Amino acid sequence: MQYVMLNYEKTETFAARTNDQQEAYWGAWTAYIAALNEAGIMVGGQGLQPPTVATTVRLADGKRHVQDGPYADTKEQLAGFFILELPSLDDAMQWAARCPAASDGVVEIRPVLVMSPP
Amino acid sequence: MNAAYETVETVARTSYGRLVAYLASRSGDVAGAEDALSEALYKALIHWPSQGIPTRPEAWLLQTARNHAMDEARKRKVRQEAMPALWQAAQEAQTAMEQDLFPDDRLKLLFVCAHPAIDPAVRTPLLLQTVLGFDAARIASAFLVAPAAMGQRLVRAKTKIREAGIAFAAPEPDELPARLEAVLEAIYAVYGQGWEDIADTASADTREQGFTDEAFWLARLLVQLLPDEPEAQGLLALLLYCESRRAARRSPSGDFVPLSRQDSALWSRPKIEEAERLLAQASSHRKLGRFQLEAAIQSAHTLRGLTGKTNWAAVAALYEGLVQIAPTLGGFVGQAAAVAEWRGPEAGLALLHDLAPGAVKSYQPFWAVKAHLLRLLNRTDEANHAFDLAIGLTEDSAVRQYLLAQR
Repeated sequence: MQYVMLNYEKTETFAARTNDQQEAYWGAWTAYIAALNEAGIMVGGQGLQPPTVATTVRLADGKRHVQDGPYADTKEQLAGFFILELPSLDDAMQWAARCPAASDGVVEIRPVLVMSPP
Repeated sequence: MNAAYETVETVARTSYGRLVAYLASRSGDVAGAEDALSEALYKALIHWPSQGIPTRPEAWLLQTARNHAMDEARKRKVRQEAMPALWQAAQEAQTAMEQDLFPDDRLKLLFVCAHPAIDPAVRTPLLLQTVLGFDAARIASAFLVAPAAMGQRLVRAKTKIREAGIAFAAPEPDELPARLEAVLEAIYAVYGQGWEDIADTASADTREQGFTDEAFWLARLLVQLLPDEPEAQGLLALLLYCESRRAARRSPSGDFVPLSRQDSALWSRPKIEEAERLLAQASSHRKLGRFQLEAAIQSAHTLRGLTGKTNWAAVAALYEGLVQIAPTLGGFVGQAAAVAEWRGPEAGLALLHDLAPGAVKSYQPFWAVKAHLLRLLNRTDEANHAFDLAIGLTEDSAVRQYLLAQR
């Protein structure tokens, strides 16, 4: 079963990608990704650039609304995601707890929606 | 949360557990007993901190539970006798309390929770809920399970207890050792929750202290109820040794400090002395077991506080004994680490190499020890790979930072 792991980080954590904390930041992620690969559960995933470079688009009553910045105005912002192949939600939770984002941000787990063939 | 509130909570949970045990052991219905009492426990936690703990906490809880049930019955226009076994038991409990003959059936309930027919993964959660009154959501967080799923597992286990008619009785002498081990393991797992959670000292709150205290409370209860069982004493000694090092496990700035680098002056002497006494008492029974050996290993580590160095040959020998009677992954990895200290990194690596790759693939302590030994041997590429896995598999940010610095 496939689960998407959505990683949310605080502003300070986004900053740690480039400031004097960057060695620890990238070291933790490199190691975590190595562990996912070693376990043979990685289907895919990407890190995302910070929310400051996000743009949102919506159509309301046929009118376009384009805004700078991320959709949700929350303390933690989406920072990246993984798609993992795992036997159960329990396993997904275990990997979520090991994720660096769980230590000072939030990790959300969602099962992938499986479409039945038409 | 303050100390006064913690006292109230302890008394409330103790009384609650005694009542659940009493009612369930007579009705065979754990879920029914909990349902009947959960509202009363909730009310106790609200009212006792301001009104004081009643003289007879069990009587207060039972009376509140019965009042609540009668209100409910009136609302739903059903008679209270709809639950005959339970309410008959409640009536008996009331009488027993009035005569000061209220028995402690919690040991029976502990044996039911850790019964062979109950899935091992749900035994500790079940014990936390039925004996100690923790709610499913809190247990789910500790065990890293979705709250809804944890709720279902607990319900299923309780249905099984009722429908399979699992006996509320202390096991027969011939099956006591095996049944006791399951109870001890479940209590040790309660302690493990407190140990792991408190690892993040910066965010430590009383919730985590809770599991540690409850584990001690249960271990002490077992020692008291089963004075002739050396393994119960062994477990309590083990918990005391571990707990004696709490203040030394993190630096003042919150950094992880491995056991070998801990300042032994920070270890708690009173806890160590109590542990030593218990272990000596246990060994006088001449019935060695897993928990006595685990405690003996910790005792050997504790000697460093007196002699200044660790006797690794002794630690390795104790681990060898441990994995013979309890072949757990943690035991084998501990043995490899001790042998490496005693006879060099190659000897330790050879033992790690013998472990089944599938079993250790996602086992963090294995990779942490392996990384350390490979680094000592200057096998850089392999060491880096092992460090990646040790870092990637840990949940503890202090351990993650420590390993990143070692890498």
